Amino acid sequence: MSASALPPGLPPGVSIPPGLAIAKLPPDILSDVKPRRGIWGFLGRYPAIAIGGSLLFLMIFVAVFAPFLWTKDPTALAPALRTREPSAEFWFGSDMLGRDVYSRVLYGARVSLIVGFAVAFFASLIGLIIGLLSGFNRIADSIIMRVMDGMMSIPPILLAIALMALTRGSVQNVILAITVAEIPRVSRLVRGVVLSLREQPYVEAAVASGTRTWKIIFKHILPNTLAPLTVQATYICAAAMITEAILSFIGAGTPPIIPSWGNIMAEGRALWQVKPYIVFFPAVFLSITVLAVNLLGDGLRDAIDPRLAKRI
Amino acid sequence: MSEMDNRPMLLEVDNLQTHFRTMDGVNRAVDGVSFHVRSGETLAIVGESGCGKSVTAMSILRLIPEPPGKIAGAIRFQGKDLLKASDREMRDIRGNEISMIFQEPMTSLNPVLTNGQQIGETLRLHQGMSAQQAEARAIEMLKLVGIPEPERRVREYPHQLSGGMRQRVMIAIALACNPKLLIADEPTTALDVTIQAQILDLMRDLKTSVGAAIVIITHDLGVVAEVAERVVVMYAGRKVEEARVGDLFRTPRHPYTQGLLGSVPKLGSSLTGETTRLAEIPGLVPSLKQRIPGCVFATRCPKVTELCRAVPPALQEKAPGHIAACHYAEVEGVAAA
Amino acid sequence: MWAYIFRRVLATIPVMAIVALFVFSLLYLAPGDPAAVIAGDQASPEDVERIRASLGLDRPYLVRFGEWVFNILRGDLGTSIFTNLPVSHMIMQRVEPTLSLMVVTLVLSVTIAVPMGVVAAWKQGTHADRAVMAFAVLGFSVPVFVVGYVLAFVFALELDWLPVQGYTPLSEGLWPWFENLILPAIALGTVYIALIARITRATMLEVLSQDYIRTARAKGVGQRAILFLHALKNAAVPIVTVIGIGIALLIGGAVVTESVFAIPGLGRLTVDAILRRDYPVIQGVVLLFSFVYVLVNLVIDLLYTLFDPRIRY
Repeated sequence: MSASALPPGLPPGVSIPPGLAIAKLPPDILSDVKPRRGIWGFLGRYPAIAIGGSLLFLMIFVAVFAPFLWTKDPTALAPALRTREPSAEFWFGSDMLGRDVYSRVLYGARVSLIVGFAVAFFASLIGLIIGLLSGFNRIADSIIMRVMDGMMSIPPILLAIALMALTRGSVQNVILAITVAEIPRVSRLVRGVVLSLREQPYVEAAVASGTRTWKIIFKHILPNTLAPLTVQATYICAAAMITEAILSFIGAGTPPIIPSWGNIMAEGRALWQVKPYIVFFPAVFLSITVLAVNLLGDGLRDAIDPRLAKRI
Repeated sequence: MSEMDNRPMLLEVDNLQTHFRTMDGVNRAVDGVSFHVRSGETLAIVGESGCGKSVTAMSILRLIPEPPGKIAGAIRFQGKDLLKASDREMRDIRGNEISMIFQEPMTSLNPVLTNGQQIGETLRLHQGMSAQQAEARAIEMLKLVGIPEPERRVREYPHQLSGGMRQRVMIAIALACNPKLLIADEPTTALDVTIQAQILDLMRDLKTSVGAAIVIITHDLGVVAEVAERVVVMYAGRKVEEARVGDLFRTPRHPYTQGLLGSVPKLGSSLTGETTRLAEIPGLVPSLKQRIPGCVFATRCPKVTELCRAVPPALQEKAPGHIAACHYAEVEGVAAA
Repeated sequence: MWAYIFRRVLATIPVMAIVALFVFSLLYLAPGDPAAVIAGDQASPEDVERIRASLGLDRPYLVRFGEWVFNILRGDLGTSIFTNLPVSHMIMQRVEPTLSLMVVTLVLSVTIAVPMGVVAAWKQGTHADRAVMAFAVLGFSVPVFVVGYVLAFVFALELDWLPVQGYTPLSEGLWPWFENLILPAIALGTVYIALIARITRATMLEVLSQDYIRTARAKGVGQRAILFLHALKNAAVPIVTVIGIGIALLIGGAVVTESVFAIPGLGRLTVDAILRRDYPVIQGVVLLFSFVYVLVNLVIDLLYTLFDPRIRY
């Protein structure tokens, strides 16, 4: 065998005895794929976060800057210009009271996003408190979990409907009603995390050595709860936006004077067979927004759960 | 010892490579391994965990998911290259001509199907038996592998059996169709020592009655000494030594095998297995995600030289029927260099 | 076995009691004065007082709760403020359409969703898998009434294949009944299908990575038998559990679906009751649906033993 067939970089001082049997390295049968690092690599690996995040960002932009996006007064009536087809003047057409559907849809983003974020925030916060309490106190746990079991047996939309039937229609009450309906799920999630963490040796050690409960909560429990809670919060946000639309659609939600996607569709309902665009545009916006939040949630879940992320 | 083995060739594995694409590089789990098995022969493949021996076994039956895995080389079973066989042809071979027993009897049986259903399934698939025929044969098989009250056990579920009994059911499944080759991947590792001996005895008995060749994968040299005729030693995805079992225990050529056998002098005198427990070899198996330029064992070898680190040794016949991949094997082995 | 069933049935009683307590207490927990809200803005003080009395808000909480529970146990769900008819009577008249819609949706969804999830798991990472996952996330994102309008627009208005709206009782023939339920069932089932397909896929992926699946492959079992015999039976318990839990989605969605497709069922009754602030009706419907939901999940719990021989009571 000639020396030129040898692997390159033979260290000096090493000579090859004549007649030495040298193995031929087998060829590579798979090419190496090096994952990209940094923010772009992350977004490339989790396209759901990239797509969901940018769509949601776009919707937030629309909601915040609605007055500057060539909109008119969304509540201005123009009976003479009723039910116009989409045109240069009315981009998404006009409704039966002559209001500009484009302006109403853009302003409607505000209600959906506010309700979604507010419910996600309050339900997570209250659920976190209840879940922690339940996870750390056996007596409280047995009472709280019985109540939560009962609440979870009521389908959430029906619970929200019942609450809305007893209160005056307002965005605050919509938020309250949906939050109440979502609390049991968050509480159960947090309780589950707390109970499994309490089994962990380092938490048991902290308990055994007399560390104060609130210290254990802040040092060990909260940081580990935050990841699953964030994922859950995004799903709650998506569900809340749909529930708000449903409540408004059946007349039990946001008061009709405030343009919300559910309200616009409720008003377009009577005419949907002849003027489908009144229902169509808010439906598309609502679906895209909820889709964005759901994608974000899925992406976050995949990024957080290393067991799933291991699979390519 | 130059008597020729003239039993017909059953399985020839030629330059087998099984690689996996993972998040941090290509894992070369098996990288250019060749060996053969003759009809009725028992071959052991030994090595530490992670050396690629289980992957080799799974590759023979093409049980490696592709992707992320990829298999290259040739696996000739009765002259036919299994890597070129269609899925349909592979299914006809699996469980019928080549069958397999796995390491974990507790998890290798389907928990929601009865023992009888699981034994009968192969019979119905490969021998076209009816459900009644298959159950009758399943009872016979359970009797054959030494399970008491087979008529009752056949209708029970795996969770109602102990680990050793479950492994017997696995053996019954594997042997139901009288395969020509049985691949046993660590069949006794998960079992108690007394049960281990029983299962090995059972496999030996059945081997003679069924006449199947066996490839037994193990890290336990006691098992090797007890059942094998020939041994292949694997390290880091490569074959490093191959010999008849007596030769290997008497004069291991590769430093890795010597390390596995621990104190070499004792072994020539005793094959009882007590002294053949795995000895500690310092260091770690190298990562298979980088190509190793020299000898794969160089990082842990007590006799390593610069030459070993730079130049990979080829497998060479160091004595009749005894091959090893070490630059210095002749020096360490018999004087006939 | 029977002792276990008995204990499980007993265990649902406190859950139902808490549901009842919670539904009843909403009247007292709701911010503001429910009597005034229900009476509406144009109501005179006398009207408000009349409603307060008919809701029993003028009497002590515990006394009123005791009466209420006692009445429910006798099958009396109260009286509608608007029609003055017994709520139980109004509900009975509306049960058939809703039950039909739910059963058709349930059957349709499970038959579609489980194979979808199985295929997605089998073909993990391929276009088929991605399509199923994309459908699932869309199903979670597009509200039921949007799906309903799109379906009605395309298949009823444009293509004229199916009726746009309405309901025909089963007594008038199987096909007329079914024909009217196809579009509503698909609309209502979308999110349910998404949920079941997703859990099926996830559970199947977990099961397919188990050792006994490898054993089955090594035995030469074909792909279809591995998926549907060896794997699906092992995945059944989580899937069936989610099918039960997901019925909450069907109940909530039915309210909207019945409005979109003008089906005179319990959902429609609820929506009409909201517009009239007819709280006793809403209370009765909520209570009924919650009890049904608890019972369905109880039955599913008891069915586990059919799928997994390791579960013994």
